[in-house]
Amino acid sequence: MRVIELHKSVTDSNDRDAEILRQQFESRGILLINLMSSAGSGKTTLLERTITDLRNKVNIAVLEADIDASVDAERIEALGAQSVQVHTDGMCHMDAGMTAEGLKAMDLEKTDIAFLENIGNLICPAEYATGASRNVMILSIPEGDDKPLKYPLMFEESDVLLITKTDTRPYFRFDMKKCVERVRFLNPDITIYPVSAKTGEGMEEWENWLLEQSEIIKGKVK
Amino acid sequence: MHELGIVVHVAKTLTELAEENNLKRIGSVTLEVGEVSGIITDYFVDCWNYFKVRYPLLKDCEMKLEIIKGINYCTECQHEYEAIRYGRICPKCHSEHTYLKQGNECNIKQIEAED
Ligand SMILES: Nc1nc2c(ncn2[C@@H]2O[C@H](COP(=O)(O)OP(=O)(O)OP(=O)(O)O)[C@@H](O)[C@H]2O)c(=O)[nH]1
Ligand SMILES: [Mg+2]
Ligand SMILES: [Zn+2]
Ligand SMILES: [Zn+2]
Repeated sequence: MRVIELHKSVTDSNDRDAEILRQQFESRGILLINLMSSAGSGKTTLLERTITDLRNKVNIAVLEADIDASVDAERIEALGAQSVQVHTDGMCHMDAGMTAEGLKAMDLEKTDIAFLENIGNLICPAEYATGASRNVMILSIPEGDDKPLKYPLMFEESDVLLITKTDTRPYFRFDMKKCVERVRFLNPDITIYPVSAKTGEGMEEWENWLLEQSEIIKGKVK
Repeated sequence: MHELGIVVHVAKTLTELAEENNLKRIGSVTLEVGEVSGIITDYFVDCWNYFKVRYPLLKDCEMKLEIIKGINYCTECQHEYEAIRYGRICPKCHSEHTYLKQGNECNIKQIEAED
């Protein structure tokens, strides 16, 4: 027996897979976005509204990841957008290998933007790179303004934070200023958009960001 | 089931390492696991033992764990304190401007192998 020292993070091999996938998508001019949040904070609802609003501007496809069931993919398909459901068999996060596998089942010839709707969980999805070019996370008003304190990593890893369900603000004690302050302490570069997928408030700013990022990725190909 | 995902990555890394170094069998793997990494250590080892038997390279591979303490650092008063005991708020000055200095790791430290 001989001892071999490694001193490697277990996520090293995943980071490598993620980098390969990211380069693949960027070389095709497709913006791949990893959408993360806790369960029920409104990922699918946000995607439904975004797809509807941007219908005439960009082609959006969605990879739905869930432990089981296919209801989210059906909701996206009902809008006429392409969607594939992957089941993670009990696993609580998506990694780059699973993302690459799921994306293989899609026809991305005409796709401008591909979303991965990650498993509803504020913790470990943030620890595993998926291969996406941008990380977007949702915190909904009912979850509370203390979540950046309890689950800092996802806030640190995200390029955009959508504070959603703003239409419910009258019913919850949610200190917007404090929340933004806490998030900025963790991640000074993050872009924050308060939105409501129900009333449409703030959706335009978010959608403009999305279109802008898509242009950036396409620009890299030329 | 978070632990199974990690086990898959450990197995993958060891398989690649074995190919590069022509290893026939791996007798043990030592991991450094942070106290606040979210990994449930008993469950992790169970997952490993369940998973490894499918691979000839790993079937006798014992998983050994070394725990790394969770330490938070306060940027207001420079105090370092136990993350598990006190959480996010600094026990000295009560600031919430603290961050985890160590304790979130999951590293493969070393293996014992046969050529
Ligand atoms: N009032 C209000 N409700 C919303 C909004 N967005 C989503 N919801 C509601 O929140 C609930 C959960 O929404 P989903 O879009 O299914 O949430 P999700 O994050 O995709 O859930 P999982 O995929 O199960 O993790 C539904 O009842 C939605 O109608 C919003 O902007 N305002
Ligand atoms: Mg959903
Ligand atoms: Zn997980
Ligand atoms: Zn302090």
